[in-house]
Amino acid sequence: MENRLYLSSSPHIHSGETTDKVMRKVIYALLPATALSIYFFGLPALSVLLICTLGCMGFEALSCKLMSKPLALADGSAALTGVLLALNMPPTSSWWLALFGAAIAIFIGKQVYGGLGYNPFNPALVARVVLLISFPVQMTSWTAPAPLGSGLDAITAATPLGEMKTAVMLTGKLPELAHSGFLNYFTGNMAGSLGEVSAIALLLGGLYLLFKKVISWHIPVAFIGTVLVIGAIFWAVSPEIYPNPLFHLLTGGLLLGAFFMATDMVTSPVTDKGMLIFGFGCGLLTVLIRLFGGYPEGVSFAILLMNAATPLIDRFCHPKIYGQTEAKA
Amino acid sequence: MNLKAMNLKTFKGGLHPPDGKEFSATKAIEVCPLPEEIIIPLAQHIGAPAEVCVEVGAKVKKGTLIATARGFVSAPIHASTSGEVIAIEPRLHPMGKALPAIVIKPDGEDAWDENLKGANPDDLSGDELKACIQAAGIVGMGGATFPTHVKLSPPADKQIDTLILNGVECEPYLTADHRMMLEATEQILDGIAILRKVLGIERAVIGIEANKPDAIEKMTKEAAARNIEVQALEVKYPQGAEKQLIDAITGRQVPSGTLPMEVGVVVQNVGTAAAISDAVRLGRPLVERVVTITGPGIKEPKNLLVRIGTPLQFLVDQCEGLNGEPAKIIMGGPMMGQTQLSLETPAIRGTSGLLIFRKEDLPRYEAGPCIRCGRCIGACPIHLQPTAIATYARLDLFDEAEEYHALDCIECGCCTYTCPATLPLVQSIRYAKAAILAKKRTI
Repeated sequence: MENRLYLSSSPHIHSGETTDKVMRKVIYALLPATALSIYFFGLPALSVLLICTLGCMGFEALSCKLMSKPLALADGSAALTGVLLALNMPPTSSWWLALFGAAIAIFIGKQVYGGLGYNPFNPALVARVVLLISFPVQMTSWTAPAPLGSGLDAITAATPLGEMKTAVMLTGKLPELAHSGFLNYFTGNMAGSLGEVSAIALLLGGLYLLFKKVISWHIPVAFIGTVLVIGAIFWAVSPEIYPNPLFHLLTGGLLLGAFFMATDMVTSPVTDKGMLIFGFGCGLLTVLIRLFGGYPEGVSFAILLMNAATPLIDRFCHPKIYGQTEAKA
Repeated sequence: MNLKAMNLKTFKGGLHPPDGKEFSATKAIEVCPLPEEIIIPLAQHIGAPAEVCVEVGAKVKKGTLIATARGFVSAPIHASTSGEVIAIEPRLHPMGKALPAIVIKPDGEDAWDENLKGANPDDLSGDELKACIQAAGIVGMGGATFPTHVKLSPPADKQIDTLILNGVECEPYLTADHRMMLEATEQILDGIAILRKVLGIERAVIGIEANKPDAIEKMTKEAAARNIEVQALEVKYPQGAEKQLIDAITGRQVPSGTLPMEVGVVVQNVGTAAAISDAVRLGRPLVERVVTITGPGIKEPKNLLVRIGTPLQFLVDQCEGLNGEPAKIIMGGPMMGQTQLSLETPAIRGTSGLLIFRKEDLPRYEAGPCIRCGRCIGACPIHLQPTAIATYARLDLFDEAEEYHALDCIECGCCTYTCPATLPLVQSIRYAKAAILAKKRTI
């Protein structure tokens, strides 16, 4: 009997909160936004979601096989990347675009670096940006929502941010939609990518993640706070060309980015202080790109740029160690 | 007792493992009967092992000196019952290897050595009291077993102003200190008075975690008349670690690489205080202690007053035996305890608990890659970056590990406990610490 004892050094117990459970919780947190996007955009949205998710899982399995590594699907990270990618796609994306995105996310975004834990950039965002640059037309073909059962056909429409950028460029003034329609933006009744649309669903998911301590408040608060503050400053200076900060908050991918993409643990700093700097950088870049850049939306680029800065931030942000009162951080 | 109104103090970091104290918290201390054989190892404290001063065949009484201290940082050892010394030989030690031990066959009388004389502490000077403590072989009973008289001998340039009594017992499952505070309140407070006299200070604070409201209430009631403070502390592991306790109670941080006396504090476990009272008033050396025998692998968990040297198997037998097949035998708690090779090993001075898990209580995990979630950093009570140190340790980059302050690690295990990738973080850090210290010794 006693020759079957385990010998090990302490600790002898574990929290039980393993990587796959963390990933699963993030996927759960995305369910409200996913469900609403299917409601607003119908079956095309569902098919994009399935292709991206199953595609990512398939490519993950393929890479593991090609590299003779143990199958890593059980950790849930590939499925999560798939869901996040889908939420970053236009609802009417064709199947090949979604599949190609999944391949980029897994192969270029993740596995070339060594798989989970080693990728410097958020894989779903790498895929989105590659697609946006390579297939600008397809990736900016937005449709107005046609809720399930409404009998409406999908009609082409611009995103609020896109419309704002065009209007400001052409007329030098904000369009009407920058001043009203906030309730629609809040519920998600507007054109945009799958996951950008519903502020309320994203907030619900984000709060769940905060409550479950999967993410800490630092990145979302710093990110969103920075956008609001800088957005408010511009708006206060000249409200006819710069939108209300609320418009920044509710349209585009800010909430999706701040709660679900920027908080990707692998690609964001590990310390509280580092996360605040990271969130601030994301917010600053987002507003600058939205107001002055070539693209109407800047969240993806902002996060990717800050991903690149993460090792640098980690290098200079160390927690203050107990009993090292005189040491500099 | 309204704990909300008590202004709970704590430290930054740490976490909340399931406490497991329900197994034994309400079980009053029982005296463990005499085993067939008592095995008393010579190494039971931090410092040099004691030196045998009896021969095989010698008749000893309970409390008879059987091994003398070897130097200042060491402690004498006494027989824990009356009987005959039948062997002096290597026996399996809780550390996991055979080490020299004195084996006693009890005569069943359990008679105290009649030469042991108590004294009224009021009649003794601080130095005389300290000599009593040293002669009684008192060591830190929270588990670290540092010789108590050494802690009570700060160099002249260190001004001590606060004595902290550690009644936190933050290790899950253990309830020995909890029961002591309820059942040996008087001895603990008497020991505190003696400690104050030795240190020549006024301020004494007992720190107790808020999950022991009955102990807080009892101690508060009894301590007030003697001008001893009781501070309730937030329930969080490792609240009872010396540095975290000092931070919580005084707001002072012990500088890296120094001892608590550097910030004017001496910390003693409540069990140690009770032992000090017995040592002075009754003249009785440290020959027994309270051990929590617990865990899902034990049929009837208990808190037992155990003679030092009682084999673990005998303790299990007093608790109606094993419940199912044991998979891990742990001396101490689940966060910092030591796994045992067998139940043959004896309980020693630092044995605060015997915890037994079955296979079904211990899920096995495959370690995965670090996902940089930062949980280990948030949980570290020293605010280290465990994942960075562990990565350097795995690559044998010890200079880098030292730069990340590997030597400040207190090995509480929070990082490993919380790691979603189930990486052996604290284990890697221990490896780095050993390598760094070995290198320092050779220079």
